[in-house]
Amino acid sequence: MKNLNKKQVPMQEQSAKERKNNFNEVPLGYSKKEALLESSRCLQCPTHPCIEGCPVHINIPNFIKAIKEDNVQLAIDIIHESDSLPAVTGRVCPQEDQCQAVCIMGKAGDPIAIGRLERYAADWDLQNRKEGKIKLPAKGKLNNKNVAIVGSGPSGLACAGDLVKKGYNVTVFEGFHKTGGVLIYGIPEFRLPKSIVQEEINMLNKLGIKITTDVLIGRTMTIPSLLKDGFSAVFIGAGAGLPSFMHIPGENLAGVYSANEFLTRVNLMKAYKFPQYDTPIKIAKRVAVIGGGNVAMDSARTALRLGAEHVSLIYRRSRKEMPARNEEILHAEEEGIDFRLLTNPIRYIGNEKGFVKSVECIKMQLGEKDKSGRRRPVPIDDSKFTLDMDQIIVAIGTTPNPIIPRTTAGLKTGRHGVIWADEDGATNIKGIFAGGDIVTGAATVITAMGAGRLAAASINKYLKGNI
Amino acid sequence: MFKILKHQKLGPKMQLMKLDAPFVAKKAEAGQFVIIRVYEKGERIPLTIADFNREKGTITIVFQEIGKSTHFLATKQAGGYISDVLGPLGNPTDIEYFGNVICIGGGIGVAPVYPLSRKLKQKGNKVTSIIGYRSKNYVFWEDEMKNASNKVLLATNDGTYGEKGFVTDILKKLMDEEKQIDRIFAIGPAIMMKAVANMTKERGIKTIISLNSIMVCGMGMCGACRVTVEGKTKFTCADGPDFDAHLVDFDILMKRLNTYKDEEKISFEKWKAEVDYYEES
Repeated sequence: MKNLNKKQVPMQEQSAKERKNNFNEVPLGYSKKEALLESSRCLQCPTHPCIEGCPVHINIPNFIKAIKEDNVQLAIDIIHESDSLPAVTGRVCPQEDQCQAVCIMGKAGDPIAIGRLERYAADWDLQNRKEGKIKLPAKGKLNNKNVAIVGSGPSGLACAGDLVKKGYNVTVFEGFHKTGGVLIYGIPEFRLPKSIVQEEINMLNKLGIKITTDVLIGRTMTIPSLLKDGFSAVFIGAGAGLPSFMHIPGENLAGVYSANEFLTRVNLMKAYKFPQYDTPIKIAKRVAVIGGGNVAMDSARTALRLGAEHVSLIYRRSRKEMPARNEEILHAEEEGIDFRLLTNPIRYIGNEKGFVKSVECIKMQLGEKDKSGRRRPVPIDDSKFTLDMDQIIVAIGTTPNPIIPRTTAGLKTGRHGVIWADEDGATNIKGIFAGGDIVTGAATVITAMGAGRLAAASINKYLKGNI
Repeated sequence: MFKILKHQKLGPKMQLMKLDAPFVAKKAEAGQFVIIRVYEKGERIPLTIADFNREKGTITIVFQEIGKSTHFLATKQAGGYISDVLGPLGNPTDIEYFGNVICIGGGIGVAPVYPLSRKLKQKGNKVTSIIGYRSKNYVFWEDEMKNASNKVLLATNDGTYGEKGFVTDILKKLMDEEKQIDRIFAIGPAIMMKAVANMTKERGIKTIISLNSIMVCGMGMCGACRVTVEGKTKFTCADGPDFDAHLVDFDILMKRLNTYKDEEKISFEKWKAEVDYYEES
């Protein structure tokens, strides 16, 4: 029994052979039996470092205890106190670096599979909602104050969820025709089914949040105009922004995509169903994805599912330094993604029609540690080689979108043009708050949600002072 | 949903639509565009704003039927609805008093040149507009352009109306005649804008063009609309759509515009087979 307890209860998933031909979700979730078994491994330790490890501070020991006692309703209620989108975070949080990284059980064996248990409770709740059993969280007294939220991604939705529960009139402005931000356009169906995101957003709608799509703040309306038009506070959760490129020759050839474009075409515009849907995507035979983060893994695995024969992932450091979640790296490896580590592209070569046909690379080695604490990749002399590729997907990060700072006079920006915000999420302009990737640069869903919640608390404090 | 208030055929495969879009109309300026989506499965189509009425809350778009999406849009009648209109997008054209200005519009490009000429004239510029069409039956907005300019010169490729030839033929004559040209604006097919750029570069006349790149989001997150300007990557939606014509790499732009030629054909053929009322015209 003791030995058994050291190991996490594994989660069933689609086999690699099967799943690389479909967009269905890969991990299948815990059964009740599996959840009871896993939750019983939790020591209910008095120090509960997991709560601190969670960016939104979910009361993890308590919800796990509730699952163990088969009171899933209580479990989900506890989670909802801190997290408006548990079905999302249960799936895409890097738990292994957060709550699970500090779990006491991790010292003797596997840490508790907190993310899987969270997903179990959230999916139970979603199933209930499908059956019409809806339990809305408690709402505070309505106070007639209007708050505008810019962007309907994780930070905006988390901020909106907290504020509506406190009794504010909340309007979310979304530029796209669909709500959800990166959860919809960025994270693929096989990692986060869109129907789940939609369910969570429906819940926020039922709580009374107004969502207006097809409005790009900074163009259709501006932040100053929102404040003039009756909004007492604004939260900017506009997301990561423009894709970065390496500034190497051939980058604007046809067939060279940013990961954002590639994923938006497939996820938001459903180009994988072309021509049933009108947005096209090039189906390539040989695809190279540049980068080593979660977005790179998502892009590579998506290209494979679209029908690519061979997908290479080109990353300039070694596997150890890859920023992607280990689970995603493993999934990519299992599906047959060809990892070209310690390799960097230096030039894309096109054919006579201007389509990319190959990529010239150089081998790298790891040198001294840089500012990030990771060993800096250094090119190896005379190690150039060429790979034939008919599609390139560049997934090396983003730079902040400049549209809001340019159209908001006096708004302070920080490094590389991110919006500056203090530790409470307040910008330098009274009444304007900001959080998520537009403040921190590209990060995770849960850190963005944490920033949204923090800003909601600050907005509440700010507006209470004004009432 | 956005209501179509007016639908008018301007010429072969050329359509005008007036849309009820008060938020867009309120902020629209010359040089900006919208992204529209006709229906649930539709793609995002960038179209320049050809006119707007702030009081009535309307915008006007002019488009050419090229592929499935634009043909399908053309089947929508006044009183009907389209799913999405997002805008105004892109930076407004930088318009001030320059002096002697030439505005060039080629084909469908005449539509966005109209609000541009109008604003330039309002700012006191002497505006000479050169508008070019394929043939007489393609000519639209001649009167509008006359109102918006001090002088209009018109050409058709086949000589069936106005002067015979291209807008560049007229531009060449003008450049030979006029002593001082302070600025040139050109909007039309990429090949036309490239030809204009080559001519004006020799004379050192600052020339601004408006790019119609391949685009998905239109709001600065996807990077589909990138273009090489002065050797650097720029984004049409966030940095443009106006650029200094002499700095744009037109060859890369034109090749990029061809990215989805095959897919567009597949989509169009499928659509043609589905609609029984489709007629070649």
